[in-house]
Amino acid sequence: MRVLVPVKRVIDYNVKIRVKPDGSGVDMANVKMSMNPFDEIAIEEAVRLKEKGQITEVIAVSVGPAQAQETIRTALAIGADRGILVTQEGAEPLAVAKLLKALVEKEGAELVILGKQAIDDDSNQTGQMLAALLGWGQATFASKVELGDGKITVTREVDGGLETDELKLPAIVTTDLRLNEPRYASLPNIMKAKKKQLDTVSAADLGVDATPRLKTLKVVEPPKRGAGVKVASVQELVDKLKNEAKVI
Amino acid sequence: MGILVIAEHDNQTLKAATRNAVTAATKLGQEITVLVAGLNCQAVAEAAAKVAGVTKVLVAQAPELEHGLPENLAPLVAELGQTHEYLIATATSAGKSLMPRVAALLDVQQVSEIMSVEGPDTFTRPIYAGNAMATVQTTDKIKVLTVRGTAFDAASAEGGTAAIETIASKGDAGLSRFISQELSKSERPELTSARRVISGGRGMQNGENFKLLEAVADKIGAAIGASRAAVDAGFVPNDYQVGQTGKIVAPDLYIAVGISGAIQHLAGMKDSKVIVAINKDAEAPIFQVADYGLVGDLFKIMPELAEEIGKA
Repeated sequence: MRVLVPVKRVIDYNVKIRVKPDGSGVDMANVKMSMNPFDEIAIEEAVRLKEKGQITEVIAVSVGPAQAQETIRTALAIGADRGILVTQEGAEPLAVAKLLKALVEKEGAELVILGKQAIDDDSNQTGQMLAALLGWGQATFASKVELGDGKITVTREVDGGLETDELKLPAIVTTDLRLNEPRYASLPNIMKAKKKQLDTVSAADLGVDATPRLKTLKVVEPPKRGAGVKVASVQELVDKLKNEAKVI
Repeated sequence: MGILVIAEHDNQTLKAATRNAVTAATKLGQEITVLVAGLNCQAVAEAAAKVAGVTKVLVAQAPELEHGLPENLAPLVAELGQTHEYLIATATSAGKSLMPRVAALLDVQQVSEIMSVEGPDTFTRPIYAGNAMATVQTTDKIKVLTVRGTAFDAASAEGGTAAIETIASKGDAGLSRFISQELSKSERPELTSARRVISGGRGMQNGENFKLLEAVADKIGAAIGASRAAVDAGFVPNDYQVGQTGKIVAPDLYIAVGISGAIQHLAGMKDSKVIVAINKDAEAPIFQVADYGLVGDLFKIMPELAEEIGKA
């Protein structure tokens, strides 16, 4: 069985982002870029399934600029077998889902593991959209995945606790934080990754119209929250909460 | 064309978050219909009919809808998209799973976690863990939205007299099956709608020590939360997590105990009205957003706090 894992190039999660003064967006110049953390978890899970012998091939896909090749190389260093870059900048989740659908059909993938959300636009949509377009089952926010014969059992992190669902294969899984801890790529594997196959296609090659549906009118900083005061004792704290803030 | 709000419920009670979504819907100035899909959920439909501002309730009951599996529910909601201009759900784990599937069936680009309505097609939403706010305008004819509950007050649970209509399920898609759930049981208020929240972080050292938070929580009727670090370390279950990828809370009072204040945690609680930080590290970033900071050993402070709050 072949597994597709989409990976997104995003501003590194440790970077404190800057909003451009003209309100046109977030400053991307000279900012460290990395793989979306949830996608790292997705790659790790796919590679583990391969190591257990349950799947045969892991294909890492990225939709983005030419530099997203680096993100794919990172996935290859973790253990993906080959990569595909779809050269399309600024694609929204629906367009990404359409591009992925085309690749799933072209490659004959039977399982797609995606990060549950990207930490840049925080949309949390692509996996569910891809499932709809393919007519497959979906298990979002996975914290445990068991691949069986023609089915996959997924434990999901939901608001009230945990829920376990069973999906018929082929299927879509999106990863939550506690599914696994991604490994660090070793130097030999990073070197090996450089030699792995990485193909490039365009949205037009895949017959997908990736025209955005949303217009971003402006991006601003959220209202700043200033630091308050330090109190010296529990008594002072309780007094402030009761008499100043009046919240208890 | 009207607005369809998807009710969040457990077949017995209507979740409060639904009423936050109804308030977001009232900003759009069209007739509001609530969809209650489930099994044996008549009581939920009756509760939804009483919510102020709701004019109609649609009830679909079938075994395949009992657990809200998106594979079975999305086709029904998508069909209702033909007769409603807006499809709205709360950005809970259920809403987040369902709505993108609906949007894709309708060839619509969803707008996630709106925090305000700026016009019939224009909304604000947080990006980068809430470190930036984007104003976005959609060009799609049908608008599929999820709503950040904390950004809208809940509509009144009383005062509405909506008509209840029964509609049919679209059947079982045969793609997925609910197996089981393990829900955390608690007598305390629900984390996302609680007026007071007390959360513990890595500084709590273990799950047993959360009792120190419970002692305070019991006195002020607070819900218990946690940072990602505390959940990852196994101190408490996943549903306690407050943050960018966990729950978003905005209570009147948020007490952060032994939490350093990572960006992703702040994303989940910085809209709280009053924030208290208790941490032994005076340099911890949490103090930069706290209205009241107390530097010290939480194991000494928390029992004192429970006692002091208990005094009249």
